[in-house]
Amino acid sequence: MIARIKEFLGMEAQPKEVASKQEVEKVAEEKAKPRIGYIHLSGCTGDVMSLSENYDILAPLLTEMVDIVYGQTLADVWEMPEMDVALVEGSVCLQDEHSVKELMEAREKAGLVVALGSCAATGCFTRYSRGGQQAKPNHESFVPIADLIKVDAALPGCPPSPEIIAKTVVAVINGDMDYLQPMIDLAGYTEAGGSDLQNKVVNQALCIGCGTCAMACQTRALDMTNGRPELNEDRCVKCGVCYVQCPRSWWPADQINKDLGL
Amino acid sequence: MVLGTYKQITLGRSTDKQIQKISQDGGIVTALLCFALDEKIIDGAVVAGPSDEMWKPEPTVAMSSDEIMAAAGTKYTLSPNNMMLKQAVRQYGLEKVGIVTIPCQTMGIRKMQSYPFGVRFMADKIALDIGICCTENFPFESLRTFISAKAGVDFDLVEKMDIGKGKFWVHTQDEVINFPIKETHGYEQNGCKVCLDLVSELSDISTGSIGAPDDWSAVQVRTNIGETVFKKAVDAGAIELKPIDEGKFGLEMLTKLAKSKKEKAMKVIDERKAMGLPVPYKASNEKEDPLANV
Repeated sequence: MIARIKEFLGMEAQPKEVASKQEVEKVAEEKAKPRIGYIHLSGCTGDVMSLSENYDILAPLLTEMVDIVYGQTLADVWEMPEMDVALVEGSVCLQDEHSVKELMEAREKAGLVVALGSCAATGCFTRYSRGGQQAKPNHESFVPIADLIKVDAALPGCPPSPEIIAKTVVAVINGDMDYLQPMIDLAGYTEAGGSDLQNKVVNQALCIGCGTCAMACQTRALDMTNGRPELNEDRCVKCGVCYVQCPRSWWPADQINKDLGL
Repeated sequence: MVLGTYKQITLGRSTDKQIQKISQDGGIVTALLCFALDEKIIDGAVVAGPSDEMWKPEPTVAMSSDEIMAAAGTKYTLSPNNMMLKQAVRQYGLEKVGIVTIPCQTMGIRKMQSYPFGVRFMADKIALDIGICCTENFPFESLRTFISAKAGVDFDLVEKMDIGKGKFWVHTQDEVINFPIKETHGYEQNGCKVCLDLVSELSDISTGSIGAPDDWSAVQVRTNIGETVFKKAVDAGAIELKPIDEGKFGLEMLTKLAKSKKEKAMKVIDERKAMGLPVPYKASNEKEDPLANV
């Protein structure tokens, strides 16, 4: 199974830690299946849709590799059980006591809390909310979940790509902490937006005009003008993906060499 | 290893007379892309194509040999090729994309492939990344300024620009003007100063003029994909090879310049760290090989 997922993702076996591919599979088989809960707060369901876009591996992933123990759309359960991992989609609305309570409960009952998608990670689009809308005009303040609880890892993206979700799941099952380190670091990146490119890259004399940010932007809010990113603020949803993908924000050299076989 | 990991290093040039005529050096990039397109290894390629303005490249999706050839030759200014990947995959619907990248662009692509946070179904569509050697890059206005002020040539009359033998060369129809490369210092973009990669260490195949005689290119074959494509192109006769000179004007020169770029960058990186400025790379005392691209 692991081999199939790796083949699907084009990931290579890890020669450093384990002797052979068979051993990786054996280890994965012997390990208890992680119990995963899906907490859906103020998000559009795009993140779980992206997760489900891993068609080739979804059925075995959900049945053989993990146990989905909680989740509005994924499990018929009312009481939140103990979980190994809680995937949280959506930002948390401070005026919505149910959301706040569910988030707090998830933190208590989960070993790891993962902010899945930019709404949970950075607030994303919901950062623009000013309330005054039906059906709850008083729902006004939406914040990234890390504002209320400790978050162990974040997968920004609006939505995060199906591939990054699958790669992360595989890394979690294999205990590949090297691969997960950037997600752990990104848990602290809660105030994001296209302006980060200007403030943290161009202003810091780091921009080289490669165009990766404009490629990555999921709402086409970025163009390149004279070799520098130009932000159309009206289109920016503050997901942070442009800065996360920028080769000058952080640089995973070892992982890249490993993936390329160099 | 200041030249990164490679399986093969050689000199090469295109055997196509037409490509030889329009290419910067050995025409390796043009030859490889045309070959890959003919062989359906790629469906199209992102290149620095011509724009409405002379010498200002525009990232372009080339779908034919003609379009690839129209983009031949080096433009010493910014062409954000990575941004066109999205159009290549989404608008043009390409399944197998070739792309030409300078080292920083290669790094952006490889980071996206290892960590495709917000980049959906694109990582697996990069079929061939041809990296080019890069010492530094210039904003368009910098280029215009030193062509007109230092070389004293009208921009529109320039037929070719080249860097070599310590000089910046400007070819027009009637004359060839040069000035010391030192005089371009201060015009380069600042982001290049922390770059630790001269030769596109993470590309599938990298190439450039450093270490090669006139009309030839030095080529490094790096990944398995690169090896397969390069071998096919050579076997088909699209590219001819000769061994790289190990000496002063060959491999030694390439190694020396790669090392010197890294040393200069490490100095800037260490200085920036001391000042508390952000930089994505480790300080020299934080890594095993102080010149590694990490």
